[in-house]
Amino acid sequence: MKRFISETRAVNVVKRFTCDELVELLTAYLEDALDQAERDGVQAHLASCEGCGRYLDQFRATIVALGDRPQEKLSADVRDRLMSAFRQRQRH
Amino acid sequence: MGSFAGGALPPDDVVVTALRAGDETMFAGLLDTWSQGMLRVARSYVSTDHSAEEVVQDTWLAVIDGIGRFEGRSSVKTWVYRILVNTAKKRGVRESRTLPWSAFEYDGAKVTDLGPPPGGWPEPTAAWPTPEGEALASEVRGLIAEALGRLPPRQRIVITLRDVEGCTSDEVCDILDITAANQRVLLHRARMAVRGWLADYYESVKQPE
Repeated sequence: MKRFISETRAVNVVKRFTCDELVELLTAYLEDALDQAERDGVQAHLASCEGCGRYLDQFRATIVALGDRPQEKLSADVRDRLMSAFRQRQRH
Repeated sequence: MGSFAGGALPPDDVVVTALRAGDETMFAGLLDTWSQGMLRVARSYVSTDHSAEEVVQDTWLAVIDGIGRFEGRSSVKTWVYRILVNTAKKRGVRESRTLPWSAFEYDGAKVTDLGPPPGGWPEPTAAWPTPEGEALASEVRGLIAEALGRLPPRQRIVITLRDVEGCTSDEVCDILDITAANQRVLLHRARMAVRGWLADYYESVKQPE
């Protein structure tokens, strides 16, 4: 188990997080929704904790995998029906 | 054909003016650019591909019908997606009365690995293989589809809009009428669960050393 020890000169501005607190903040961290002190704390923790660094890598890999969905397409007859509904509308 | 690949849609006022003027090329372009994502979003509410296609069709019919009344208080895309979500929700509720659909009863399928145990990592988890091989990539795609189906409905729609469709958090809040904080919590829970299922999978296919 690794413990994050903040640098003494930054002690007042860098927040310290445990691993389970850190994992809870990752989406907010990736969305840039943390304040400066929290962001610094997350970065400092990640720099010194292999487990959380690995978790963040996997979290990112998960997001990439989610973006890789198979192609889906409207069937040709539904598309034709919609095009003709659009045309019809013009006549009203 | 007429799709606006890579998000190169013209500005909203151009789109709206063209649609009101009956510009078929513009309508076809929107149809071909957005329907794919709309099918996936619809699929997160209803239980079959066929129902999803009907939801998307009904959404476009409502768009055709309503474009004259569009007031521009949101983007065109957000407006279309709001109609989509409302249409899909109604359909989903109707189906759930007649169809036993496990996702509605889902109470958090067992994910063994959600994060560090209290006190930190006993040892870092193994790095995941890069899914280079087509076999692995396609297994992962299947797993993701299954994982999405197992998520509680609110988490599923948020992660689908954000991570599958690439909507921004502002767009998702507008489409679903939820706060930014709520959106983030749902997204985070969903990502943790999907990551956990992927971790379980990679653990199960690990090559012996």
